[in-house]
Amino acid sequence: MKSRIGKTVRSRGEELITCEEVITFLLDYLAQELSSDEQRNFERHLAICPSCVAYLATYEVTVRLGREVLRQELEADPPQLGGDLVRAILQART
Amino acid sequence: MLAVARRMLRNDEEARDALQEAFLFAFRGLPRFEGQSRLSTWLHRIVVNAALMRLRRRRAHPEESIEPLLPTFLEDGHSTSSYTDWPEGADRLLERAEVRARVRASIDRLPATFRTVLLLRDIEELDTGEVAEALGISANAVKIRLHRARQALRELLDPHLRQGEA
Repeated sequence: MKSRIGKTVRSRGEELITCEEVITFLLDYLAQELSSDEQRNFERHLAICPSCVAYLATYEVTVRLGREVLRQELEADPPQLGGDLVRAILQART
Repeated sequence: MLAVARRMLRNDEEARDALQEAFLFAFRGLPRFEGQSRLSTWLHRIVVNAALMRLRRRRAHPEESIEPLLPTFLEDGHSTSSYTDWPEGADRLLERAEVRARVRASIDRLPATFRTVLLLRDIEELDTGEVAEALGISANAVKIRLHRARQALRELLDPHLRQGEA
């Protein structure tokens, strides 16, 4: 089984979805783009799988680290050349 | 602005060239600037587009595969790895310079196709539709690439952050 994001997570009654399905559809789960049935299936898997819970937690930390590090870098490295250009353009327009 | 181009292209010389192209384009396009967005935002978008054009040109060259950095599964769908949480949360980790450097270096290690989506979606905060349009791919492809980029970044950071070190 090789599922891809965008397809529907299979609902199999009492049968639990797999780690592969959870990890593959994590983006949709976090974006709250799954149906309520699919979300329930996710949460039933997470309730019994500490490994997937850890994967989810570290995935979320990763997203936050990536965003914050690059934002801090951007703030620490102000667009000097761009700033000069903006000022030059504004002067040229007046 | 140079930081934006450098982040996307990972090459100083190419970043400077992209910036120059962007500024030339900006000067030529200035009469069309309608003032609906801030001038710096408009310039920023032009720099991103110039870097994207360079990345497209590069596509003729094969890039390294992201597959080794993605999770793998057994026939029955169980993970082949057992994952454990990291001892420190994002706030604590971000306070440490060595962690920030590790994150930065790990983003640089991602193949360009995936790094670009990560930068545009997570950092530049374009929505899925805007990234799809900028890259000329489907919205679904953007989602798949974003998810793989985040997974690969997680995998690169895991051995260091699991141990509470960078």
